[in-house]
Amino acid sequence: MTHENWNGFKEGKWQSEINVRDFIQQNYTEYKGDDSFLAEATARTKDLMKKLNALFMVERQFGGVLDIDTATVSSLTSFEPGYLDKENEIIVGLQTNRPLKRGINPFGGIRMARQACTAYGYKLSDKIENEFQYRTTHNEGVFRCYSNEMRLARHCHVITGLPDAYGRGRIIGDYRRVALYGIDRLLEEKQKDKDNLANGNFGEEEMRLAEELHQQISFLGYMKDMAEMYGFNISKPAKDTREAVQWTYFAYLAAIKEQNGAAMSMGRVSTFFDIYIERDIKNGTLTEEGAQEIIDDFVMKLRMARHLRTPEYNELFGGDPMWITEAVGGMGEDGRTLVTKSSFRILNTLYTLGSSPEPNLTVLWSNSLPRGFKKFCSKVSVDTDSIQYENDDIMRPIYGDDYAIACCVSAMRVGKQMQFFGARCNLPKLLLIALNGGYDTTSDIHIGPQKQVIEGDILDYEKVKERVDEYLTWLAKLYVNTMNIIHRTHDKYAYEKSQMALHDTKVERLMAFGVAGLSVIADSLSAIKYAKVKPIKNDKGYIVDFETEGDFPKFGNDDDRVDSIAKEITHQTITELRKTPAYRNAIHTLSVLTITSNVMYGKNTGATPDGRKSGDAFAPGANPMHNREEKGALASLNSVAKISYDDCRDGISNTFSITPQTLGKEKEEQVNNLVAILDGYFAKKAHHINVNVLNRETLVEAYNNPEAYPNLTIRVSGYAVNFHKLSREQQKEVISRTFHEVM
Amino acid sequence: MNGRVSSLQSLGTLDGPGIRYVVFMQGCPLRCSCCHNPETHDLLGGTEYSPEQIVENVVKYREYFGQDGGITLSGGEPLLQTEFATQVFKLCKQKGINTCLDTSGCIFDDGVKELLKYTDYCMLDIKYATEELYQKYVGCSIKTPLKFLEYLNEQGIKTRIRQVTVPTINDSVKSIEDLALLLKGKNIEKVELLPFKKICQTKYDSMGLEFPFGNLPSADVKKVSELQVKVNERIEI
Repeated sequence: MTHENWNGFKEGKWQSEINVRDFIQQNYTEYKGDDSFLAEATARTKDLMKKLNALFMVERQFGGVLDIDTATVSSLTSFEPGYLDKENEIIVGLQTNRPLKRGINPFGGIRMARQACTAYGYKLSDKIENEFQYRTTHNEGVFRCYSNEMRLARHCHVITGLPDAYGRGRIIGDYRRVALYGIDRLLEEKQKDKDNLANGNFGEEEMRLAEELHQQISFLGYMKDMAEMYGFNISKPAKDTREAVQWTYFAYLAAIKEQNGAAMSMGRVSTFFDIYIERDIKNGTLTEEGAQEIIDDFVMKLRMARHLRTPEYNELFGGDPMWITEAVGGMGEDGRTLVTKSSFRILNTLYTLGSSPEPNLTVLWSNSLPRGFKKFCSKVSVDTDSIQYENDDIMRPIYGDDYAIACCVSAMRVGKQMQFFGARCNLPKLLLIALNGGYDTTSDIHIGPQKQVIEGDILDYEKVKERVDEYLTWLAKLYVNTMNIIHRTHDKYAYEKSQMALHDTKVERLMAFGVAGLSVIADSLSAIKYAKVKPIKNDKGYIVDFETEGDFPKFGNDDDRVDSIAKEITHQTITELRKTPAYRNAIHTLSVLTITSNVMYGKNTGATPDGRKSGDAFAPGANPMHNREEKGALASLNSVAKISYDDCRDGISNTFSITPQTLGKEKEEQVNNLVAILDGYFAKKAHHINVNVLNRETLVEAYNNPEAYPNLTIRVSGYAVNFHKLSREQQKEVISRTFHEVM
Repeated sequence: MNGRVSSLQSLGTLDGPGIRYVVFMQGCPLRCSCCHNPETHDLLGGTEYSPEQIVENVVKYREYFGQDGGITLSGGEPLLQTEFATQVFKLCKQKGINTCLDTSGCIFDDGVKELLKYTDYCMLDIKYATEELYQKYVGCSIKTPLKFLEYLNEQGIKTRIRQVTVPTINDSVKSIEDLALLLKGKNIEKVELLPFKKICQTKYDSMGLEFPFGNLPSADVKKVSELQVKVNERIEI
């Protein structure tokens, strides 16, 4: 099969089957140089960005939400076309008819939509309220199925943040397919799949898939209609760079109009775009400036993406994030680097448009990346604190070389795998429930196996460990079953039609579980093992506090005595989870990632044996607890690197803050040293790192004068935020974290 | 032969070329008025480590060292424990780890010469440019560090000279000229002026010691970088 818009591309099996990876492999051009070729922003881009910044300012002044259309349910064609500046935009398309105006998406749960409207001074329209009286939302479906114990686990926060009242997200459509093939070809293939389905056994799974394929096919049609409203016919392959970027963006736009999933990631588009850019530059129809302009405009659109959230949701996922994660760089399976000039161009938007948390630019780091690219990434980190790094050398052997990152740290093959997102369980709380024999002191709830409160004036490590094992077994089963309900219901009532239309029909599913408070439970068990921990009981006989006497090894000091405890807990957790089958034969995975929920989790957890006070925040993700690192930054990194990616295939998040002075005296030194740190950390088989190069004083100033720092971007836990968008509590927690510095 | 170590720092970027694993040795014969590590003075303080233990730790960080990084022995004064230091460097060299010595150069004997056999890079403090200031604020003669420098040159060991710039003591153009004169004709990779800081005041307070330069202000960073330009010009690096 061929098409005139493919002229100049090298032939391959990508023509006879849907195979974007093959297209990339056949056609991309490696780039091993430095950043000197990059163009600056054009006057047009600067003007447009100025307009957008003014809108951001108004949005901020309006308390974070500029406007809500309370009468229209968001879908692909439910809004008239919207523009930032119709005359001057190169890439077009907004979620609603006005920039930054938010639509209503009640499919996840009508209550959440209603509360979100109220929180910002609006009222959900009667029209939508009435319509949804006769429709089951995902949220309603889940609560029809939850057992009493599941409700209790949720209520006492031992499992929290579950996607049972909002869209689950974490699904990445292969948006590139629309640009490469055009909608008609995709429709044809899906129709074929559907027809073939009826030829085999037509059981429950096949019938479900048949209905899903029907929905996918109709939404591919709506995608075409949506583009038509903006004056584009996307039925055929894109003919040049601008169309390729526009088509890809339309596909993404369809996804975020249809779904308000927690994380709506982009995938891995920059090297794909690069092929079109190279072709156009060769043809003399595009310049470097022009190429940067198209990428700039695309990124500007991504920075305008919004979902309507409730304040409670923001407690979990602070800073109004979308997680439009774009994976950049990495190596190919054949040993060539996947770094192209467009890998530089997309990072360059942090200069042309200024620093920003979105899109969530994620560099896939390999020891073999070209030196010029490593240095450029490092420079961007030192300058903007806006990018994160993940270890391509440990992910590529598992996911191949066309995987992307959903949300913060969740790897999946683009268009071939999807994820059932599952938030996280609270390990320190589990420890406390275990010690109290199935009682949670903070919520006054009895849950889990009912036993005596653990005996002894001084806690005995072996006995405690035995208890924890028993309760972990209990929790793991409850957790998997809860997730099974959530995702079966989400498939039924809020299926991701646009995104799944951009996956292979035969898709592999991952079920992502998570843990919070890893360093707290590791240090607590270490205290019990190496120091003397005396439980303090209340008048009802329950343990509410601890007196810890003597020193004990703490996670973050490269000390195997405690690091091995952390490693063992994650191993044990995933092993227990695997014992209960997951819905639709999904593969169990585990993350050590908290987003900003480490603050909320801590708030709902009593005092712990490591000396953490009741209500104090946990460290984020896999981070060591704040200010317990005594051996310097690399020791801290080494501790985190010991947690095995084989146990935690959904990612191990580490947020690293260092002062510029500690990184080196001169800028050049800082850049080189950061490259060395990243090379070393990833050679240790670590998975992820967020890098902040800044002084604590800057954050304190921004805390006191938010208006003076509207664009201060920092990495928090797998993503970046505008510091001013965090709650006061979250800001304080960020300030209290360890900043690696030398005296 | 065990050594007394004040502390270990896994990430040092200001303690030699590239990323350094820094061992702060315990014990110092000097009492420099500007010292920012008073906790390292006491010869009997710190924790004992064997050279093997130190190297075992260093090896855990070798992935971070890249082309330039490695181990740095600092202090305190590493020259007080040359036997231990030599053993540490010897073992590091066997493992291909770059070695850097951060010293005042106030001791110069056969033990020191042995240590320097295994030293790739030396950061030598020339604390002041005159004998008078050395006697007043360091408590030793300038002659030994200068002899030490000469020997480094003879052995072809890459050398960086460091000096803390203290307001009113050595922050004049004149003192920079004196320093440049001292270093004239020497083989030096660079001269580094470090602005005097007072963040160590809390250390002195908690140890119940008086910070000898506690009455002086911190150095103005801008002024120090101007002096840095001057010193670079004078010795033509």
